[in-house]
Amino acid sequence: MAELVYDKTGRLLFTREMKEEYTILFPTMLPVHFGLMARIIENLGYKVEMLTTSHRGIVDEGLKYVHNDTCYPALLVIGQLIDAVKSGKYDPHKVALLITQTGGGCRASNYIHLLRKALEKAGLSYVPVISLNLSGLESNPGFKMGLGTLRKAVFAMMYGDIIVQCANQVRPYEVTPGQTDETIRQLEDHLLEEMEHGRGLSFSSMVENFDHITAALKAVPVAGEPKVRVGVVGEIYIKYSPLGNNNLEQFLLSEGAEPVVPGLTDFIIFKIYNREVDVGIYGGKWVKKEACQLLKGYVEKCQKAMIAAMERAGFRAPGTFEDLRRLIQGYLGEGNKMGEGWLLTAEMLELIHSGTPNIVCTQPFGCLPNHIVGKGMIRKLKDDYPNSNIVAIDYDPGATKINQENRIKLMLANARGLTRQAAEAPARTGEPVGAAAE
Amino acid sequence: MSLRIGIDIGSTTVKVVLLDEQNKLLFRSYERHYSKARERAAETLRSLSATLSGKQVRMVITGSAGLGVAKAAGIDFVQEVYATAAAVNTYIPDTDAVIELGGEDAKIIFFGGALEERMNGSCAGGTGAFIDQMATLMNVTVNELDVLSLRHEKIYPIASRCGVFAKSDIQPILNQGGRKEDVAASIFQAVVDQTVAGLTQGRPLQGKIVFLGGPLHFLTGLRERFVETLRLDKEHAIFPEDGDCFAGIGAALCASDYGEQPFDGLLKRLEESVGDVGLVDTMPALFARQEEYDAFTARHNATRPPEVDVQTYQGDAWLGIDAGSTTTKMALITADGGLLYTYYHSNLGNPVAIVLEQLKEIYKLCGTRIHIKGAAVTGYGEDLIKNAFSCDLGLVETVAHYNAARHFNPDVDFIIDIGGQDMKCFKIRNGAVDSILLNEACSSGCGSFIETFAKALGYDIATFAQLGLLAPHPVNLGSRCTVFMNSSVKQAQKDGASVEDISAGLSISIVKNAVYKVIRAANADDLGRNIVVQGGTFHNDAVLRAFEQELGRNVTRPTIAGIMGAFGAALAARDLHLRKSALLVPEALEAFSHTAKPVTCNLCTNHCSLTVNTFDGGRRFISGNRCSRPLGKEKVENPDLMRYKYDKLRALQGKGDGTGVRGKMGIPFGLNMYENLPFWFAFFTKLNFSVVLSPESSRKLYLKGQQTIPSDTVCYPAKLLHGHAEALVEAGVDAIWYPCMSYNNDEGIGDNHYNCPVVAYYPELLAANMPVLKQTKYLDPYVGLWRRKDFEKRIAQMMLEQFDIPKKETAAAVKAAYAAYDAYVEDVRATGRAYIEYAREHHMPILVACGRPYHIDPEINHGINDLITSFGFVLVTEDALSYLEGYAPRKVLNQWTFQSRMYNAARYVCTQPDMQVVQLVSFGCGTDAITTDELRSILEEGGKLYTQLKIDDISNLGAVKIRIRSLMAAMEARNDR
Repeated sequence: MAELVYDKTGRLLFTREMKEEYTILFPTMLPVHFGLMARIIENLGYKVEMLTTSHRGIVDEGLKYVHNDTCYPALLVIGQLIDAVKSGKYDPHKVALLITQTGGGCRASNYIHLLRKALEKAGLSYVPVISLNLSGLESNPGFKMGLGTLRKAVFAMMYGDIIVQCANQVRPYEVTPGQTDETIRQLEDHLLEEMEHGRGLSFSSMVENFDHITAALKAVPVAGEPKVRVGVVGEIYIKYSPLGNNNLEQFLLSEGAEPVVPGLTDFIIFKIYNREVDVGIYGGKWVKKEACQLLKGYVEKCQKAMIAAMERAGFRAPGTFEDLRRLIQGYLGEGNKMGEGWLLTAEMLELIHSGTPNIVCTQPFGCLPNHIVGKGMIRKLKDDYPNSNIVAIDYDPGATKINQENRIKLMLANARGLTRQAAEAPARTGEPVGAAAE
Repeated sequence: MSLRIGIDIGSTTVKVVLLDEQNKLLFRSYERHYSKARERAAETLRSLSATLSGKQVRMVITGSAGLGVAKAAGIDFVQEVYATAAAVNTYIPDTDAVIELGGEDAKIIFFGGALEERMNGSCAGGTGAFIDQMATLMNVTVNELDVLSLRHEKIYPIASRCGVFAKSDIQPILNQGGRKEDVAASIFQAVVDQTVAGLTQGRPLQGKIVFLGGPLHFLTGLRERFVETLRLDKEHAIFPEDGDCFAGIGAALCASDYGEQPFDGLLKRLEESVGDVGLVDTMPALFARQEEYDAFTARHNATRPPEVDVQTYQGDAWLGIDAGSTTTKMALITADGGLLYTYYHSNLGNPVAIVLEQLKEIYKLCGTRIHIKGAAVTGYGEDLIKNAFSCDLGLVETVAHYNAARHFNPDVDFIIDIGGQDMKCFKIRNGAVDSILLNEACSSGCGSFIETFAKALGYDIATFAQLGLLAPHPVNLGSRCTVFMNSSVKQAQKDGASVEDISAGLSISIVKNAVYKVIRAANADDLGRNIVVQGGTFHNDAVLRAFEQELGRNVTRPTIAGIMGAFGAALAARDLHLRKSALLVPEALEAFSHTAKPVTCNLCTNHCSLTVNTFDGGRRFISGNRCSRPLGKEKVENPDLMRYKYDKLRALQGKGDGTGVRGKMGIPFGLNMYENLPFWFAFFTKLNFSVVLSPESSRKLYLKGQQTIPSDTVCYPAKLLHGHAEALVEAGVDAIWYPCMSYNNDEGIGDNHYNCPVVAYYPELLAANMPVLKQTKYLDPYVGLWRRKDFEKRIAQMMLEQFDIPKKETAAAVKAAYAAYDAYVEDVRATGRAYIEYAREHHMPILVACGRPYHIDPEINHGINDLITSFGFVLVTEDALSYLEGYAPRKVLNQWTFQSRMYNAARYVCTQPDMQVVQLVSFGCGTDAITTDELRSILEEGGKLYTQLKIDDISNLGAVKIRIRSLMAAMEARNDR
């Protein structure tokens, strides 16, 4: 059995021996993206498993081991991991936990520390925790991600984004229920097989794959009138994770709406870009300036290719990161970087500009950055865009689904009311309503 | 067109409406459904059969509880706010805004301009259910509450955000003898404030406003509060005749959009539909069999004090009174702890009357045989009762409870007491109270909570609790606060859970709340080996069983669990060994009278709400004060660094050494300005601005800006900023300076030096939500002070662009600013050293308040500093000590400047025998969810006590007092060891 090795600060390391023996568990946030990522790591010789559990026990474990006033995503992620370790499915002495770490002034940077505290409290302090981050924090001898892997990770993210964003435009209209998801499964298999064989990892083959993806999803037979489009923005975990948002996308679909969920790419670029902004505002040396600029440039290039591919195939494509930067002018400074920072407001602006003024802004109860960039900006957006129709929904271990759904229903009813109001008195609201409601 | 029916099924009521072709109201009903919504609706509909049978109608259901019914019956559904808007549009077309309060929802609709419809978030209690809960608490009906409110003389500030909070505000007022009339009106005012602050979210409430919904329809007092607060006249405050069923009317109007159907078919579908039964999340039963329960009962009933017959006993006795928040407990004991007489009853909002009556009863029983040699009192109403009846001793509840627990189990090492409002847990180490945990106001899912539920479901508490014991599948309701629990219960009911399972679920949730939220234990060993449980709530066998199950071990519950406080007080009275008690004699009781009058103390900015209690013979007792000044005594002025810093910062206004020719620069006095003001004051006065500081924070200032607060769950210190900004604009400043700061100063003691997101970016939130700021030059640029050279370069450019100030001049100002800031920091440290020295010279204990710089604002801390020093402490703050320790790695990411100081201060305190820490925590502070556990572990590892004072927009000093006195008692016990 692998020996437990600690670094000089007392942190338990993930060693090379562990790579052989241990299974690495990590929580789901975006099923498609993370699933691809899991397979990439697997190909490097690790045993990995993405946790897709969703039972009540997860919340209970979270409540037990995490301070109850900590944000809900921490509670869920840590609850899910500890629940898995204790589930009996794995040998607790042969699992390691993987968690992403972003850094920044938000509570979220503390997740990894809270996870370690929780493990200690649960008597599981021998379980190593691996940080996955772009900042070079906490290295582990047994877990090294090279440049090649980083590139694959970018690819996984791009593929994930294009699949999810195109699928969202198809699923509400599919003639055969389930066909979109089936297509996604096939696409995933195809992409992974390519990766396993070392294909699909050049820029040009990625563009080819983009076209393959759009074509496959375009081929799903659809029917029906355009539905009310509803944007979903928010704290990143709650926004994406069905466990966190009580299956929000499913609910929106069942209410006859088309969910529009902005992708992960902008968030990644945002996080890299923040370093540049900090240097601009405060001065100082930009650590790893070249590497960051290179990475940002590369991801932006991929994003542009993705947008082009979506447009080629006749899908509604999102704007570029630069578009978002333009939109945020007059709302928030680019120095607003904690949590989702200005990006969240920019995403709402982009949704409004692209004809999706109906938006669910999701956040964990008491989310600190969202006081400012979510709830704090709704008033101004309403003043500037009278047809905007944004509902802020809090998620929390105690919040009930019925309460949340009734408020989303109100937003949907509002959407219809606003459409009617605009139709009756276009001069009054000053601008055309973009949503094709009803 | 045909007849249209609208059915509005709310959380507590069903409204049925029938409209004719001309929108004329033919029928309307408004009935409570007691969780049987579908049956109630079907019954009312059936009563219309005579008129409608055989006819074609259009029918639509609306309402928060209507969705499930509509789905199950296959009847069309519209969202209720949408329906209401339709009704208002039709009947009162020139309306600007609608406020509708329902059973558990509050809604607002704005018509002028773009349509805006909004409901309360998930954490908002200012609704019908909240009013019901408050009426229950005051032991009156809702209608009586209404009548009472109309006779009010003053309004107390009561937390409006949440029912639990409001309760803990109201209780002390009642216990201190506040008038019910005033409390009633204050409850309604709290609802109004909640609606205005929580729902308008920055859009002004103006023009013609329509008020709808049951509470606003029936409660005149509530209407009065709204009209007065919004300053509306008759033409602009509309209370429609059918305002209680407007959503139903709206639904009927909306029915025009849906198809005609035969009435009989619709009725049949509704009758036959079975609720949309979801999956109920359940847990194992408390007791699988009756025998299990019997064994359990037998085990617990073994722990009992001897009972002595009061009718025959001759000799000495001692009296203990526990004037709790909702109940009054009394115990009369013999020298060996034998029970002569006990009493446990709801105090019905007036503990004085209860104690008076009981004392008379006790004296009657005693006759000439029994002599009361001492009387002690504890609990919320301690001061009042002690003064009213001249008791010999008052003691803090925690000590009283330990006294009692030790009597039954000398080895006790953990005590948990769950009473009506409070949960108290403490560890005992080496025969002394070691670590005290009290429930924070937000999680007080205590006894009164389960009682309120029982009443709402039509049971008394004992029956209700009994129901849960053998329930096969207790519902998992989670462990959050009452407001959330309400909707969890609602959902469980909707999903078909039985009352039995809900009862058991509620008991289990109380226990989970205690174990995980208050105690924060991961397992039983975190607590202790000899656990004694007490408090009235543990009389509930379901709660007791759930507690044992959750911990996986047996605990001791004395049969007198409910009166342990009183019992402990009686033991303390006994241990005084008095020859004669000062307790009022029977003759004096005959002449006893008591009146309470509320007044506001104006001796300082705290503006304490005092209650002047006058007893017979002109004896007076003043309560609600934080210091001794209103009592006519000289204020005790112990060294107080919070006060020192505050006064020092407030003095930073005006031209300073400059000329002020460049105009008036307004600076809002809030959040990080409590840290950075010395810097900016020097900077701007050097540039010849005159600095205008916003006024001192106050409730009034808060209300001035509250309608522009977009997020009602943000912390109170942030919310206050809206009032500060408003006041600066009113003061006519030329510009307002409130920069965004992701980072604060780097003091080298943390892993990073961030501000929290709220402190960092609140300036941008103000810009987006306060239209009034457009009237001035509002400057909220991003600045970073920790890189001095870079800052100078950037600010010089900024000043050149904004004010045409030559860069050289700015450079000089920057230099002066850094010097001034450094001098301020050094002054705080030096003063701290001097205060500590003073304390040591005078052998006074030192209390270190660990919080944020802005916690020195009296409106935020509610004069806690005065309270602390009045107990004989010397008070210093975290920033006066944090520099004494260097950097050390922590188990959490130590990345915020202010928070790092707390860790360091706590580490330093661990090295000083005469220092203790209290941590000040603002409600809603996300970063403190992380710091509290860390600070606790630093202190406990260092052998220190951890005490947390949670503060919010409302001042409930009762809870703070208990904590500080408990801390003092624990310190004393440690010193005695």
